[in-house]
Amino acid sequence: MAIWVTTARKSGATMAARCLTRRNMVNGGGSCSAFPKSHHSLNALAGKKEKENSSSLLGFWRFKSTKASAAAAVDQLYSSDEDVTNNHQGLDFPGGHVSYTRSLNFISNSSTQNRVPCYRVLDDNGVLIPAAGGGSNSGDFQFHHHQQPLISQQTALKMYREMVRLQVMDTIFYEAQRQGRLSFYLTSTGEEAISVAAAAALTPDDVVMPQYREPGVLLWRGFTLREFADQCFGNKDDYGKGRQMPIHYGSNKLNYFTVSSPLATQIPQAAGVAYALKMEKKDACVVTFFGDGSSSEGDFHAGLNFAAVTESPVVFVCRNNGWAISTNVSEQFRSDGIVVKGQAYGIDSIRVDGNDALAVYNSIRAAREIAVKQGKPVLVEFLTYRVGHHSTSDDSTKYRPVDEIEYWKVTRNPVNRFRKWVEGNGWWNEGEESELRSATRKQLLQAIQAAERTEKPVLEEMFNDVYDETPSNLREQHVQLRETIKRHPGDYPSDVPV
Amino acid sequence: MASVLGRYGRKWSLGCVSYHKNYLPRFSTVAHSAVPSEPIQQQQAGRSMNLYSAINQALHIALESDSRSYVFGEDVGFGGVFRCTTGLAERFGKHRVFNTPLCEQGIVGFAIGLAAMDNRAVAEIQFADYIFPAFDQIVNEAAKFRYRSGGQFNCGGLTIRAPYGAVGHGGHYHSQSPEAFFCHVPGIKVVIPRSPSQAKGLLLSSIRDQNPVVFFEPKWLYRLSVEEVPEHDYMLPLSEAEVIREGSDITLVGWGAQLSIMEQACIEAEKEGISCELIDLKTLIPWDKETVEASVSKTGRLLVSHEAPITGGFGAEISASIVERCFLRLEAPVSRVCGLDTPFPLVFEPFYMPNKNKILDAIRSTVNY
Repeated sequence: MAIWVTTARKSGATMAARCLTRRNMVNGGGSCSAFPKSHHSLNALAGKKEKENSSSLLGFWRFKSTKASAAAAVDQLYSSDEDVTNNHQGLDFPGGHVSYTRSLNFISNSSTQNRVPCYRVLDDNGVLIPAAGGGSNSGDFQFHHHQQPLISQQTALKMYREMVRLQVMDTIFYEAQRQGRLSFYLTSTGEEAISVAAAAALTPDDVVMPQYREPGVLLWRGFTLREFADQCFGNKDDYGKGRQMPIHYGSNKLNYFTVSSPLATQIPQAAGVAYALKMEKKDACVVTFFGDGSSSEGDFHAGLNFAAVTESPVVFVCRNNGWAISTNVSEQFRSDGIVVKGQAYGIDSIRVDGNDALAVYNSIRAAREIAVKQGKPVLVEFLTYRVGHHSTSDDSTKYRPVDEIEYWKVTRNPVNRFRKWVEGNGWWNEGEESELRSATRKQLLQAIQAAERTEKPVLEEMFNDVYDETPSNLREQHVQLRETIKRHPGDYPSDVPV
Repeated sequence: MASVLGRYGRKWSLGCVSYHKNYLPRFSTVAHSAVPSEPIQQQQAGRSMNLYSAINQALHIALESDSRSYVFGEDVGFGGVFRCTTGLAERFGKHRVFNTPLCEQGIVGFAIGLAAMDNRAVAEIQFADYIFPAFDQIVNEAAKFRYRSGGQFNCGGLTIRAPYGAVGHGGHYHSQSPEAFFCHVPGIKVVIPRSPSQAKGLLLSSIRDQNPVVFFEPKWLYRLSVEEVPEHDYMLPLSEAEVIREGSDITLVGWGAQLSIMEQACIEAEKEGISCELIDLKTLIPWDKETVEASVSKTGRLLVSHEAPITGGFGAEISASIVERCFLRLEAPVSRVCGLDTPFPLVFEPFYMPNKNKILDAIRSTVNY
């Protein structure tokens, strides 16, 4: 596992930033490689594969020896190029052709060494990092040969504005919960770049299947502050009809599947949705989000495997924010994060700085292109940090140091970083900033007031939509309930019309 | 995107309707009356076939009549371990009929996604015993998909098929009847056919129903049950129980393979002068209380029988509901003749099963209470 990364480093960070993949080494296909030819020698043993397939089968199996004496043993893993021409050095099994080795060596895995590098575009001060080697070999969409971003001012500003609005929305709703006006809320603090910039890189036809920390997608697509508030208050204007807890948004018209609390369940569903899009020959993909914790669920494994086997256009996006409530990633897995897991399923994968809005934008643009044009899944791991508590039911200072939170909040803030870049381009200023924030705050307070005053859905809505039509047992229960309410009205909230 | 394709009316009157090729019927099949449905009318000639052939025929028709339908699961491509999917992949292509990886939560999750995009997703679970990894997807996702979204989204096109029940030598993991777990979940339907002709019509209804359906097929009957099955496209209503044998002394309620055992008991009881009314529930949720209530109002006695273990089995729900509705009419306690409260045993299967004589003894003691 280690050496291909080392190799990648030698060839420059940009090489590694390309989609890392286990390029169908067994089943054929795929001719792109992240490795220069000199670092592998066994690819030709792949038999029927083209000799150009430069991802070495055994390259995948390299381990890094820390002992000089073992260096010779390492070389034994690889037959020389002469051996390569003798096909009988390989074996055929179901699944394809493999080379064999006389050496008993385990692939060594160390999550702390030789980690997959992380793609980023802006440094921590919001300044463009020049691509290594100059020119356009960074693979970024936004850079043409002058290395100026192609992302338009309009798109960048919209992205920035929505990130700010998300920040303000989170602050106000969080406060409202603290005041007892909302029963529950959870913020995206620290992860604003991910949901907004990813949404910016998609088309409206791309189907989004969220976990729950991605309302930035809805904001980008036009969900209003009032619509957010209606769902949080569960009033009659809530599209969800008051049936779920706050933040369980959903919008059919914005192609945003309704949030459900169980983690990772959307992942295999995303494969099915993507398969449907492929069958309909739509120019669209599915983008599904989940956190580091969710990657431990069985549904993660199921979903990636199904998407790979059915060759469905889904972009799996993992927000690796370091924490699953109080469980740090060191207690979540022993792998090098989530990016390396894609390889296990034969899925192109990339690791990206999730606090860099431009990197998020570029990587999702690129991932989408792969998914749609090549009809296959892609995995994107965004490294980030959950600045807020898990939810209003959590106090994260109980399990992590306050200064760690402060550091990320102040120094590694994705909104500030992007702000520096847009301001550096002359596209934004302090005046517009304070105007946006105060206007958004005002709109939010108005939305909350209005949503709070709006009455709840009628009682009948409790019985609708269990099935497409209400069956007799539910009609009966509704009738009985009404009788009970008449007898004991004091037992029931008065803001739900009967 | 999640819009439902043309609804061609809600009325469901007869057992047989013909369908043309591009017709996309979306019938709701909720029972509105206690009138038993008419027997299947043979608009076209029938052919003698067994259960798996009838299921196979239903799947052929489903795929042919609706280009947005898919059949998938483990080993489905070559015809399936019970031959239910024979010929489908060859006829409709590998993009519509395909094998999946060995992962039930993946099969159902994937199916939910497909269905949510307004397709008919017919997912096969190889044995009902293996449905449990998919339980979260079924209970927390499929069953609540429409409700939690306020009706914006739904996975009504989802049908999950699984062989269930005793097979004579299946032991713990090839014999289970897990229907009770699913009957406790608002938002899904549970359907169990008793015979080939029933299976075909009920499966087509389940596939076309606008709600997620779990369809349990009695594996015991795959080869053993043979009858004339009409060859055309027909549907049988969901949530409508059927009185398959009329009687006046006691009502028996069951489903699936158990009905044939119960029927034998009824025939023998008849010789002793006990007139038994036998009801096939067909849909376990939402279930047709009205038909059972009407019958017990007539007979004054109820016996429920199922292979699944007695404690917490679906017989308990039927018993409690009927006692609530017919208490003063009942001449005897409701009797339940069911599997024992053990894991399904191998060597001890004959002792475990609710067989004909156990049922007969219970009929007698109920009638003589």
